[in-house]
Amino acid sequence: MLTLLALTSVVILGIVPQTQAIVVYTGWERHALVGSDIRLSCSFFSWRWTSPDVSFSWSYRPDGARDSIAIFHYANGEAYVAKKSPFWDRLEFVGNPSRRDGSIVIKNLDFSDNGTFTCDAKNPPDIGGSASSVRLLVFENVPIQAGVITGAIIGAVLGLLVLIVVIYYLMRFLVARRVFSLSVSKHGKKGKGKEGSQQRQAPALSAEQAKLKAAASEKKKQESRKDKK
Amino acid sequence: MLIILIGVIILHLLDLILLLVSTAANAWTVDGNISAHLWYICTTTTSNYHCQQSPSDDWLQAVQALMILSVLFCLLSLFFFLCQLFTLVKGGRFFFTAIFQILASLFVMSAAIIYTVMKPDLETDPACYGYAYVLAWVAFPLTLISGLIYIVLRKRE
Repeated sequence: MLTLLALTSVVILGIVPQTQAIVVYTGWERHALVGSDIRLSCSFFSWRWTSPDVSFSWSYRPDGARDSIAIFHYANGEAYVAKKSPFWDRLEFVGNPSRRDGSIVIKNLDFSDNGTFTCDAKNPPDIGGSASSVRLLVFENVPIQAGVITGAIIGAVLGLLVLIVVIYYLMRFLVARRVFSLSVSKHGKKGKGKEGSQQRQAPALSAEQAKLKAAASEKKKQESRKDKK
Repeated sequence: MLIILIGVIILHLLDLILLLVSTAANAWTVDGNISAHLWYICTTTTSNYHCQQSPSDDWLQAVQALMILSVLFCLLSLFFFLCQLFTLVKGGRFFFTAIFQILASLFVMSAAIIYTVMKPDLETDPACYGYAYVLAWVAFPLTLISGLIYIVLRKRE
């Protein structure tokens, strides 16, 4: 069974590559600050083993231009930088072709380096397939990435919502506790108040007379104090 | 009563659909073959179309956040309405639902206003507003009305 599986897989792998093509991966967009260095990565996928004749070609098309110029080529174990390109003294090959990595580093970026870099990798006999491009954007200061402010606003509003809900339930819980202690004393006061009002209603006359007497006695006391002073 | 309930739920679902389409459809500005905002700038040629991400301006991210929040709050208010329908005491008002729905309408209004004020011109001629932008403005009074209905509505049997 296992040998049959292995045989079929080998046969399939032998047949399939002739219909497959090489797939090159670069980034989609790269952002960089003026004066900094940027590493443009390029790698590829191929069904075949990495051959010693693997080659990488980088070309550059400035923003707004129609034609692209070749800036770098790697073949047969040698790296070549185009002499007439704007990067001839700023480009360095940092890739590892045996590991399918054809990355380059461009140093000391300027605003005129804005453009599209295309990497074309070939792994003989697997030479079909399309190249892949990465767009370079050079900024004075790096802008806030897409989605950071969006996420911050959403997070802040939802956090505020959760906070308000928590505070609401906390207040309900606390007020429930206080209401318990308050209602005991209030019940006492209310009870006394109710009882007192009931008592007052019945002997109203006597209460008023008592008040009048109290007021009169207080006045007398005050007069006596004044006299003393 | 059942008619009112069904009508209110239909209005709420309509608001939700309007908000979702306005947030997800990429047609806040249309200029011939170019349809742009909220998420991509897409150019259609005769044989294919090519999209790139919208430049991440601060105001555009705020509009994205406010539209997403309005969709979220509309969903939450629908959820609270269904909850309160079964748990509210008789004669009670749907305050939670109303608050979330009115907040959703405020967010849509803020998003539409920010977009109107800060929108850049794509070409030399001022571009037309797309259908997603119109849907956002239509969704604002509908959600507001729905929220006010929830304030007035009282639970009966």
